[in-house]
Amino acid sequence: MSSALAQYLLAGLTLGAIYALVALGFAIIYNASHVINFAQGEFVMIGGMAAAVFVESGLPLYLAVIFSIGTATLVGFALARFAVEPARGASVVTLIIITIGAAILLRGLATLVWDKKIHPLPAFSGDQPIVLGGATLLPQVLWVLGATALAVALLSWFFNRTLTGKAMLAVSHNRLAAQLVGVSVRRVLLVSFALSAALGALAGILIAPIAFTSWDAGVMLGLKGFAAAILGGLGSGPGAIAGGLALGLIEALGAGYLSSAYKDVFAFLIILAALVFLPNGLFGRRATERV
Amino acid sequence: MAFSAGALPSASSKALAGLARRKGLAALALAIALLPLALPNNYTYEIAILVGLNAIVCVGLNLLVGYAGQISLGHAGFFGLGAYGSAILAARYGWPPLASLAAATAAVALLAWAIGRPILRLRGHYLAMATLGFGIIVSIVLATEDRITGGPDGMAVPPLTVLGFAVSGEKTWYWLVGALLIASVWVAQNLIASPRGRALRALHGSEFAAGALGIDAARHKLSIFVVSAVFAAAAGALTAHYAGFITPAKASFLHSIELVTMVVFGGMASTYGAVLGAAVLTTLPQFLTVFKEYEMVLLGAVMMLTMIFMPQGLAPTLARALGPALEKLLAAARRKPV
Repeated sequence: MSSALAQYLLAGLTLGAIYALVALGFAIIYNASHVINFAQGEFVMIGGMAAAVFVESGLPLYLAVIFSIGTATLVGFALARFAVEPARGASVVTLIIITIGAAILLRGLATLVWDKKIHPLPAFSGDQPIVLGGATLLPQVLWVLGATALAVALLSWFFNRTLTGKAMLAVSHNRLAAQLVGVSVRRVLLVSFALSAALGALAGILIAPIAFTSWDAGVMLGLKGFAAAILGGLGSGPGAIAGGLALGLIEALGAGYLSSAYKDVFAFLIILAALVFLPNGLFGRRATERV
Repeated sequence: MAFSAGALPSASSKALAGLARRKGLAALALAIALLPLALPNNYTYEIAILVGLNAIVCVGLNLLVGYAGQISLGHAGFFGLGAYGSAILAARYGWPPLASLAAATAAVALLAWAIGRPILRLRGHYLAMATLGFGIIVSIVLATEDRITGGPDGMAVPPLTVLGFAVSGEKTWYWLVGALLIASVWVAQNLIASPRGRALRALHGSEFAAGALGIDAARHKLSIFVVSAVFAAAAGALTAHYAGFITPAKASFLHSIELVTMVVFGGMASTYGAVLGAAVLTTLPQFLTVFKEYEMVLLGAVMMLTMIFMPQGLAPTLARALGPALEKLLAAARRKPV
C-alpha cells in the first residue's frame, strides 16, 4: 500500500466517522418520528462552537466538552418540545421547512450569542504527528475514531439493553403497537432529539481541532450526514455508520486522486447512482406498500 | 371548487370552475395593473419585479410539490442553469438574448427529462435527497468552472433585447414580468383543470389507486417535473438578464429551500397561494434588513411559526378565515336589486 493511499484512507475514515455520527442522529430521529431533521448540522455547529468558546474563556477541556454537549442536548430537547411536537401530523414538506427554519434560527442565534469568526479548538492531546508505516496521522484522528467507536458501542447497549432504548426501537417498528403496550410516543420523540443533538455535538467537538468551527460550519456537515443516512438506508443504524464511512472514503479518495474542487460532486454523484440502483439504500428495509 | 380525484364534474360545475378561474386571473391582472400606484420609486419597482420572477418559479414548482405531491430540494439548480446557460450563450458566444433564453430553457427541459426519468421513481425523503444532490452538484460546477462561469464571483450578463430593442428601465421590466406572470398562472390553471391535472391530483391522493384507474404515474410525474423545471429555467434566465449579473448563489441549496418555502408558505396546491408566498417571502427580507444582525433569527422564527400554526399555508388559512365573511358580503350584494 502506497503511503499516499494510506494517507487518503485515514483521512477518509476520520471524515467518515464524523459523517457517521451525524447520520446516526438523522436515523434516530427518523425512526422515532419519521421527521428528517435538517437542523442536525446545527447541533454539530453548537457542539464545536460552544466547546471552543468555553475553552477560550478558560474552562478545562473536559468540562468544556461536557457543557457543550449539554447545551446541544438542551437545544435538541427544546426543538422537539416547542417546534416538532406541536406540528405532529403535518406533511413531510411542512416538517422539513420547520426544521430548516430552526436551522436558520440557530445559525442566527449563534452569530448573536457568539460571533461570525472562525474558532479553533486545541487538539485533545497535542499536535505531534504520529508516523505509522509511511503515513502520518494526528493524535486527534485517533480521538475521532476512538470516540466514535465508543459512542456506537454505547448506542448499541442503549438500544438493546435499556427500557427506553427498547421502547424507541419498538416505536420505529410499529408505532401503534408500541403505544398499545404503553410506550409514550411523545417521550420517545423528545429523547430521540436530545440523543441526536448529543451525538451531533460530539461530532462537532471531535472535528473542530482538525477543521476549525464557525457559525455556518454545520450546513455542509448536516447535508453530508443526511446523504450518509440515505446511502445506508434511512432508519438503519449500521447503515448510517456504513454510509458515513463510505461517503468519507469516496470524498478523500476523490479529492486525492481526481480533483479536490470536485470532491463533493463525486460524493453526491455516487449517492445519486446508489439511489437509482438501490432505491432503499445499502441496508434499508424493503418498503412494501400497503393498501 | 374542489372535485374529488377522478370524479367526473358535471357540465354546469365545469362552467362554474371555468368562471372562477377567469375571475381569479382578472383579479391578479387588476392587482398587477394597480400596484404601480403604490410604488413610489425604482427600488420598490425592483422588489416588485423580483416578486414577479420568483412567483413564476413558484407557480411552476407548486405544480410539482402542491399538486403532484413530489418534493424537490433542487429547483435552484434549474433556475441557475437557465440563468447561466442564457448568460453564457449571450455574453461569450454573442447570441441574441431572446435566442439564448429559449435555447437555455430548452436545454434545461431536456436535462430535467433525463434526470427526472430515473429519480422520480424515488419517494419522499429519497426523492428529496436526489433533488438536493442534483442542486448541489450544479452549484459546485458553476462555482468551480470559473473560465466559463466567472467562478464564485459570478459573471456579467448582457441586457435583454427584443427585436433589436433593449428592454431596460424598471417600468418596462415591470410590465413584461407582470404579463409573463399572468401567462404563467393561466398556463398552470389550465393544466390543473385539464384531465392531466386531475390525474396529478389523483396521484397525490394515492398512487396505487391512481394506477388502478389506468393513470400512468411515471409519465405524469415526469412531464410535470419538466414543466416546473422550464418555469424555473425561464425565470432564472430572465432574472439574470434583468439584474445584469449572476452568481452561483442563485443555484445554491439555500435558494432551493427559499423557493420551496415560498410555495409551502403561500399554501400548497393553490396557484395564488404560490404567488402570495413569493410576494411575502421576497419582500420580508427587505424589511428585515432593518433589524441587521437579528435578520436570520427573525427569518427562521417566521418560517417555523407559520408552518407550526398554519401547516396548510397562508392562502388556505386566509380563505378559511375570510371566506364566510366574503360570502355574506356577496350574498348581501346579490339581494340588492341592480
